[in-house]
Amino acid sequence: MSAPVSQQASGDQPLLSVRVQAEDFDPAEAGALLTRGRRDVGALVTFTGLCRDEQGRLAALELEHFPGMAEEQLTRIAEEALARWPLTGLVVIHRHGRIAPGANIVLVAAASSHRQAAFEAADFLMDYLKSRAPFWKKEILADGSSGSWVAARQTDEDRLTRW
Amino acid sequence: MLIRYFAWVRERVGLDREEVELPPTVVTVADVITWLQTVDDAHGHAFEDPEVIRAALDQVHVEPDTPIGAAREIAFFPPMTGG
Repeated sequence: MSAPVSQQASGDQPLLSVRVQAEDFDPAEAGALLTRGRRDVGALVTFTGLCRDEQGRLAALELEHFPGMAEEQLTRIAEEALARWPLTGLVVIHRHGRIAPGANIVLVAAASSHRQAAFEAADFLMDYLKSRAPFWKKEILADGSSGSWVAARQTDEDRLTRW
Repeated sequence: MLIRYFAWVRERVGLDREEVELPPTVVTVADVITWLQTVDDAHGHAFEDPEVIRAALDQVHVEPDTPIGAAREIAFFPPMTGG
């Protein structure tokens, strides 16, 4: 597991926590990190991306990542969100390794005084980490064999133009 | 220079990293790809379609026309599929 890249809130500084890890995470805990002991948070948006079984076709996804670059790139994307929206904090967690259907892959949590900033920042983060975070997914098929690498989708790339 | 490979680029090359001596005519990221195509069949196969290859210089995502400059490490990989 990589050391968490995090920064504690001090004064007006928003809290930022970025983690790349093999271990599972608890979305409620990530949300609590952004709200515990605070009175300025009016909105918390938490998104969790999970592994689908693709109608029973998949036994798992094997997520390869670029250690070091993954943390840095997620931090860069998160800092961009902090610069664009008035947020009180952000948590980004991305897993790597073998992930079974039904299990968590990724989490973004955005907290703000008002809901629009939290919704938009979470949406922005997911759009950017879909095609700018150095992770690659390989399908492990139900019969145990190694399937193909999940191809990048043009629609994901197109979504970036919204921002 | 250290070259690192990820996902199917790594599988096709058959290595996750290698140390190479680049010829002085290699200036940009695209030049590195063109040079790698000539190394052997495995590299040729991995880099047969440069359009689908993405690159990072010292762990920063860059475009093909970026000069490699004094970078210590270059990484090649397919389009990223995070999230």
